[in-house]
Amino acid sequence: MIQVRNLTFEYATDQPVFHNFNWSINKGEAWTILGPSGCGKSTLLYLIAGLRQSLLGEILVDGEQLMRPRPQSGLIIQDYGLLPWATVRDNVRLGLDIRRFYGPDGKHAPVEAKVSDADVNFWLGKLGLQEQAEKFPGQISGGQRQRCAIARTLVLQPDLLLMDEPFSSLDAPTRESLQNLMIELWQQHNLTMITVTHLIEEAAILGQKILLLNEPPNLTANVIENTSFDKPDIRSDPEYLHLCQILREKMSK
Amino acid sequence: MSNLEGENVKVMRAKAVLLALVLLLLLWQVLAWIVNLAILPSPWEVGQTLIRELGRDLPGHFLASFWRVFASTLLAILFASPLGLMLGQSKPLDRFFAPVIYLLYPIPKVVLLPIVVLFLGIGDVSKIFMIFLILFFQILVLVRDQAATLRPELIQSVRSLGAGRRALFRYVYFPASIPAILTALRQSVGTAVAVLYVAELFATQKGLGYYIYLKGSNLFDYPAMYAGVVAMSVLGLGLYFVVDWLERKLCPWQFAR
Repeated sequence: MIQVRNLTFEYATDQPVFHNFNWSINKGEAWTILGPSGCGKSTLLYLIAGLRQSLLGEILVDGEQLMRPRPQSGLIIQDYGLLPWATVRDNVRLGLDIRRFYGPDGKHAPVEAKVSDADVNFWLGKLGLQEQAEKFPGQISGGQRQRCAIARTLVLQPDLLLMDEPFSSLDAPTRESLQNLMIELWQQHNLTMITVTHLIEEAAILGQKILLLNEPPNLTANVIENTSFDKPDIRSDPEYLHLCQILREKMSK
Repeated sequence: MSNLEGENVKVMRAKAVLLALVLLLLLWQVLAWIVNLAILPSPWEVGQTLIRELGRDLPGHFLASFWRVFASTLLAILFASPLGLMLGQSKPLDRFFAPVIYLLYPIPKVVLLPIVVLFLGIGDVSKIFMIFLILFFQILVLVRDQAATLRPELIQSVRSLGAGRRALFRYVYFPASIPAILTALRQSVGTAVAVLYVAELFATQKGLGYYIYLKGSNLFDYPAMYAGVVAMSVLGLGLYFVVDWLERKLCPWQFAR
């Protein structure tokens, strides 16, 4: 699904965040990218989203070299992603409106795009936002705002879902319920999912595989397999707790 | 806020404004009794004159003034908001222009009136340009500051939904600038009408400023002069109400709690 080949990226000259970096992801996998702040994890996600361009090397998504955001990729960010002047319903519909605005040109919208307003209602219902539909983002809770962002992305039927610290600003119970929801949605909709997080527990819950980044420059992909992934009651599973311990040690190195 | 609640608030506001109007008229009446001079006619007398004048040349003057404010407002929005958006979103451009705006913004534009008249003549153009100047800077600065507060995260997430430059303008920049434009208008509509009054004192035969000056200083028809003042106040107040109404209509999210 995604091949990162010989990627080099830097914000300032001669201080590469990634240097000759190689990494690949198969279709349908759930990945997390874990690391301390400043390690380049969000940068990598934005590169895959096509919102930043690499200095050297290339990123292939579905066999095609990435030059700009691809319409089949969805991105969910920590906060501030919703239009404050649009209702929850209009925010969920935003991607559809943009697609209608351009028409199915293959550049801004997939050629075979066939999404209707019925899908908006479906996703509002699925994420429990039916009663909030006519409210503005400023009137609902942080958890509901993130649900709205998830609905807005999934209504476009993406094949690749990218999330940047999606639940970091939420309280623990809300965060856990949304993590469970994402696993559920990932299973049901056959998604390829990459979540960037600085939270060890979140990395171990949302990632089948975990890419661990450290202080830049990142030269090789340090991948950890998560054997406890997708287990029921994962949060009290000994394997999961052990994995968290390992990640904690690796991160503090 | 539910609809019913919203209606109630509206009715209460309308009642309060009406009550304030009645109180002000009463105060005027009492003052007129105490002063008891021709230069302060009672509101009743002015009201009658106003109705009489409405059948004569007052509406023409009113429309001339209204047209000048309307045209300049439209021009100011058309020129200032795209420029404000550009400056707000481009740091290098803003760095270049910010000192210029910093110097020009606080200049009381009304002192430029004689110069504007020298260059643009005494017709409509100079008057429209004067009000344009005032509104232009106000809108420019507010739209710029509003555009600068648009978070890059928001822009990126809308871009990730497929938006290019045109869709970003349609779905992000344009709606984001509306509240800033309306705030700018609300803040400066009073000044605009005041400057219009001064501008209309200059060699012109049309407009409420001229009308007030003519009736008061030349013809000593004080009730008619007061009728002109009332008409000018109605113009300012009416514009203010329109902006208020537009804000509630176009930016309901700012009032939702």
